[in-house]
Amino acid sequence: MAPRPSEPKTLFDKVWEAHLALPETGENPGLLYVDLHLVHEVTSPQAFAELAARGLTVRRPDRTFATMDHSTPTTPRPFGARPVYSSPATKKQVETLEENCRRHGIELFGWDSPDRGIVHVIGPELGLTRPGMTIVCGDSHTSTHGAFGALAFGIGTTEVGHVLATQCVLQRRPKTMRVNVEGRLPVGVTAKDLALAIIAEVGAGGAAGHAVEYAGPAIAALSMEERMTVCNMSIEMGARAGMIAPDETTFAFLRGRDRAPKGAAFEAEVARWRTLKTDPGAAFDAEVTINASRLSPMITWGASPDMAAPIDQPTPAVTGPDADKALRYMGFKPGETLLGETVHTVFIGSCTNSRLSDLRQAAAVMAGRHVGPGVRMIVVPGSERIKKAAEAEGLDAVFRTAGAEWREPGCSMCIAMNGDMGRPGELVVSTSNRNFAGRQGPGVRTVLASPATAAASAVAGAIADPRRLMEMCGAA
Amino acid sequence: MQPEPITQVSSRAFIVAEENVDTDQIIPARFLTATERGSLADACFRDWRFAKDDQPNGHPLNAVDTAERAILLAGHNFGCGSSREHAPWALRDFGVRAVVTSGAGDIFKSNAAKNGLVVAEIGREAHGALMEAVAADPDTEITVDVEGLTVSAAGVRASFDLEPFARTCLVQGVDPLGFILGRTEAIAAYEAARP
Ligand code: SF4
Repeated sequence: MAPRPSEPKTLFDKVWEAHLALPETGENPGLLYVDLHLVHEVTSPQAFAELAARGLTVRRPDRTFATMDHSTPTTPRPFGARPVYSSPATKKQVETLEENCRRHGIELFGWDSPDRGIVHVIGPELGLTRPGMTIVCGDSHTSTHGAFGALAFGIGTTEVGHVLATQCVLQRRPKTMRVNVEGRLPVGVTAKDLALAIIAEVGAGGAAGHAVEYAGPAIAALSMEERMTVCNMSIEMGARAGMIAPDETTFAFLRGRDRAPKGAAFEAEVARWRTLKTDPGAAFDAEVTINASRLSPMITWGASPDMAAPIDQPTPAVTGPDADKALRYMGFKPGETLLGETVHTVFIGSCTNSRLSDLRQAAAVMAGRHVGPGVRMIVVPGSERIKKAAEAEGLDAVFRTAGAEWREPGCSMCIAMNGDMGRPGELVVSTSNRNFAGRQGPGVRTVLASPATAAASAVAGAIADPRRLMEMCGAA
Repeated sequence: MQPEPITQVSSRAFIVAEENVDTDQIIPARFLTATERGSLADACFRDWRFAKDDQPNGHPLNAVDTAERAILLAGHNFGCGSSREHAPWALRDFGVRAVVTSGAGDIFKSNAAKNGLVVAEIGREAHGALMEAVAADPDTEITVDVEGLTVSAAGVRASFDLEPFARTCLVQGVDPLGFILGRTEAIAAYEAARP
């Protein structure tokens, strides 16, 4: 057959096609080979049990890395010390992971590791996450790694078992969507605000079945940490994955990382990575365009991440049954502005916003100020490395002096299964990714926001626009 | 292991009408600490069904007998959010055998198919009609035909799509891991051909 001029392809197509061990057919999904499998304590025990029941081994322990983050305590303790767990069940879960990793020769970033942290924070930090890879984890925010031009998505526990045993996962090709972000984020408006604005525009299920590529000048201008924040929240609009084409910013971030190739090998990879971008003329199943220049800091007013609005705008005046229910749960009225609403707890952390730049952003607002009377604020760095780096520049002191708690790394109040949670009825301003009813404890009302907005609200004791405080401290 | 084949589910239904019911509602995170399977019935919709003192409250779900009503008629975008497979596990433990909705979360759908939970996504209009029919007469019998890919009840008939392999797995009781293990040669060939 004569060679055909190759059709323009999307970034997604290129990564997808390079990983099909077997193509999909009408009857069967494709068999997608997994380059990097990340494992944590919550979604893996039943998968390892399935392997044991069938007498199977882990096919590629060298492509499998584990850490513990979800149900691990964040209460202060000396490095390396084993913590006091919140319950016998969480203790058993972590110990089961330790035992499974030992048995199968899987590298575990455990209590004694200076590299432990939230699974989606440490992958990029260590240089395990790289462009063009397929990455899976039993966690929906695996999309974070797509910031590097990887195809990264969450899988269920049964599939964790599939990948452990075969290094493959059965997948149908998703549809594709491009989110074009024009303009540039104004000063005081962060990647988190952009993510919330995109989700509000597309809707909670608007990208269902799609792999999303974020593109455009506003995306190109983002740092890697900011890109991770954007890709992290792709699942909140239903997307299978979120991706950003790798560029000089990506290569600079990865150069010299512990687990990335070094020297000539790295430069050879960079040459290959440069081809990982959407060809001109490649078609997407859906396209959305957003102008970043017009955005403001965003907060959520409801119980789904797409129920988000600019911080100075009122909640919707005309609502439907879902919005009504959400507003009732949150204790807000239709058409009211949330600025000034009393805040009880502030949480800075999670795989969305626990990186060094997030902590700096919050600290810049907190410096020389104190949390409002009666406000509890906890700051949870995303990894041991981030904790160390933050302490080296004195950020922990800023938070402590301001009256906040400085914690050990972990998921903490993002998922509230380690003992860190809000009290019923409390209003929590949180830098995490989900404001579902009860996500941060039964009856807790969660408002999602950027680290700057969370910090400003902690100081004010009420929902506050960070731009005012940033002007005052010269950060804007 | 080899799952039970499921060709159809016929039963009465109960309604969870809310849209965007996320998997945190289906099973709150603090119940994800289980390291074994099979004990999540009480964790299913926990924070809806139980008061602060851990006693069942007056929520209608507490009155549902899934032996009689094994079909959950759910609102749009059911099972969005977290990828936790504990969500279909909890629904199965609670006694649900099929979910009929106008749209379900992607990962939830894929997890459900691997756990013998049928998820039938039907058109908005038929979904609305079915909701009305069941609200008007809670004893309406619904049949979810997994082989023929239809949902039918008195006066309502709608078709749905199921990923063909998920359908085969349900109808024939195929074990997906066994299926992949049967293709180990292709996996080895792929690994060998990589740079
Ligand atoms: S921080 Fe939250 S979203 Fe991220 S991995 Fe942990 S629990 Fe999941």
